[in-house]
Amino acid sequence: MSDQHDITPEQLLKEAQDLRWEVGGDFHEKLMETIYTDAAKIAERAITRPGEKSNFDLDRAIDSVVTSRVWGFPIMVLLFTFIFWLTISGANYPSKLISDVLLGTVRPFLKTLAANLNIPWWIDGLVIDGMYLSTAWVISVMLPPMAIFFPLFTLLEDFGYLPRLAFNFDNIFKRAGAHGKQALSMMMGFGCNAAGIIATRIIDSPRERLIAMITNNFALCNGRWPTQILIATLFIGALVPAHIAGLISALAVVGIAVLGVLLTFVVSWALSRTVLKGEVSTFSLELPPYRPPRILQTLYTSIIDRTIYVLWRAIVFAMPAGAVIWLSANIKIAGISIAEYLVNFLNPVGILIGLNGVILVAYIIAIPANEIVIPTVLMLTVLITGAKGFGSGSGVIFEIQSNTEMLSLFNAGGWTLLTAVNLMLFSLIHNPCSTTIYTMYKESGSLKWTIVGALLPLGMGIVVTFFVAQIWRLVANIV
Amino acid sequence: MNDQMKIKPTAPCATCPVHNAANLKRLGVDMENWDFVVALAGNPNVGKSTVFNALTGLHQHTGNWPGKTVTRAEGGFEYGDYRYKVVDLPGTYSLLATSLDEEVARDFILFGQPDVTIVVVDASRLERNLNLALQVLGITNRMVVCLNLVDEAKRHGIEVDQRRLARDLGVPVVPTVARYDKGIDDLLEAISEVATGKVLGKQYRIKNMPPRLKNAVEQLAGMITTLYPGLPNARWVALRLLDGDERISEAIRNGELGDLTKGMEEFSEPNLEARMEVHA
Repeated sequence: MSDQHDITPEQLLKEAQDLRWEVGGDFHEKLMETIYTDAAKIAERAITRPGEKSNFDLDRAIDSVVTSRVWGFPIMVLLFTFIFWLTISGANYPSKLISDVLLGTVRPFLKTLAANLNIPWWIDGLVIDGMYLSTAWVISVMLPPMAIFFPLFTLLEDFGYLPRLAFNFDNIFKRAGAHGKQALSMMMGFGCNAAGIIATRIIDSPRERLIAMITNNFALCNGRWPTQILIATLFIGALVPAHIAGLISALAVVGIAVLGVLLTFVVSWALSRTVLKGEVSTFSLELPPYRPPRILQTLYTSIIDRTIYVLWRAIVFAMPAGAVIWLSANIKIAGISIAEYLVNFLNPVGILIGLNGVILVAYIIAIPANEIVIPTVLMLTVLITGAKGFGSGSGVIFEIQSNTEMLSLFNAGGWTLLTAVNLMLFSLIHNPCSTTIYTMYKESGSLKWTIVGALLPLGMGIVVTFFVAQIWRLVANIV
Repeated sequence: MNDQMKIKPTAPCATCPVHNAANLKRLGVDMENWDFVVALAGNPNVGKSTVFNALTGLHQHTGNWPGKTVTRAEGGFEYGDYRYKVVDLPGTYSLLATSLDEEVARDFILFGQPDVTIVVVDASRLERNLNLALQVLGITNRMVVCLNLVDEAKRHGIEVDQRRLARDLGVPVVPTVARYDKGIDDLLEAISEVATGKVLGKQYRIKNMPPRLKNAVEQLAGMITTLYPGLPNARWVALRLLDGDERISEAIRNGELGDLTKGMEEFSEPNLEARMEVHA
């Protein structure tokens, strides 16, 4: 600095480097703050509100509650519990109605038709007992909850609540060493993980973007909501008196979703402290004005974009899966079907982590789409338990038209409360579906991180269910 | 609405270009031989592209998802005796952070050295929008604020005193409703006044800086001015360096920043005269 007339660019940069240490690390935030203060001052002086009542007061009033430090999270939990309660208690009746029609009426009709036309037994079995039944199951199990849940979720989105959630989460993400915008991609992930991973494009630091991609799996996606809702209804709801069963099941589902959010934070934190170290970037998040939701349009778009889309995907995957399951149950080697070989082979591992062979086989078959886990589990359970009282022939699910019958089927398959809890946990924490994995590869362009993104959740899922099973059994033995 | 539009002190007379509609010739993508470059900056969803379309007669389609638009659209128009090239920058909330869209916008305003930068602001969200305006004002004083969506703001019971705003910011402020082409004439006039150097804004300086930071900025700014005499935004560059902005450090290392000041003397375009006035 002694000779100001002979400065080189290198000297300037060196000086800047030295001064950076002096001004401290929070300087960026301070600078933003100063600009914001000035902007606020100038805006305040220029704005006049002549008499008229402003809509903004209402917005601010809502914001001060839903984004408050104290009330933000309780309100979120309450709201989602309410939505799941509506979904669970509302889905029972239509579910039964659909399965009555598809399984009780259409299926016997098809069977009679096939018999009258003298169709060979294996075509009849492959098409009706395999492909048709798995599809019918997907529709009756998934359509009603989706038709209730997705419109409600879309209404919240339309109203402008989701960006507020992101606002609430922002601080935690920052503390976890991740980007605040990850809250938004996580929200998208609650719809579909593949969409959530594409949404990470809004994060520009590659480090933070990778964290967001890898942890997106912990946002419970469309394909997994129905599994959670069904298992919670059957097993958790059954623990309590009927009049509060719906509420308790809803709370269980919310608990799983919240656990997913917690895992997102924990894994983000762990990644940003180990393999993905780096600085956190600042960003500003726009809270759009609240708008009265457009009910009809929301119903329309959520049914077209979400319900039909997810259902279609499930059907597309369920049909071939149904065929595969039927074939594996009917092609026998030395008197034992391929499916049984597989189930028996995986059963010891399954039992060790509090699940069973059937569930593990179902998860392998369901890699293309999480949506078909439950139908696959049902079909395989019928097969393994010898279908006592649930129809004839192997690899076939017959007239199971109510939750009670489904529960007794599961019980016949050796299911306990532990199996149910661990299935819910495993459904939350396991590898993403193949679409999501492929999207991750396309977006990150890195095979290494795609593998991490696929295997890290799987490993965690196995570890978590293993420990839950061990502790559960330990406690059960003592009690 | 009309009262707001008429605040400009220009008297309606035939000689004034505002009142001669034929003066605006939308050139679409024909941008040969432009005299001035106009950059359009602003937060997402403030109607930036609507302003762009109103100026150029193009139909630039917009996507609202942040991060979708990371490139810039270009068009042109002719007004008065000059031809203008308009560059629509991606919508950003700030120029400080490091995302790709912000970098595109920042780089263009700094290194592209537009003759005029229009910052489109949403009148009903003035405070948030001014953050960006102030940041742009830190880089260039050749700025016009386009106070858009004044109709929507009014519906929300908000009125903006644009004269007060213009005085506080130190640059022209033009209220518009770009969707209905309202106020575009005034905007054109303001653009031409800044482009030709008739009106010049004052640069924004961050006040209330902590003493230690202030000293550091002044020290660096002093060095920068010595190194690049004529660089109009030494303090801003100093702040970026203190923030560890790699792009700016790189621009100093490879001489890009130095080239900015050279350009000012070497301009051979017809707007040389205006430029000389400005830097005289």
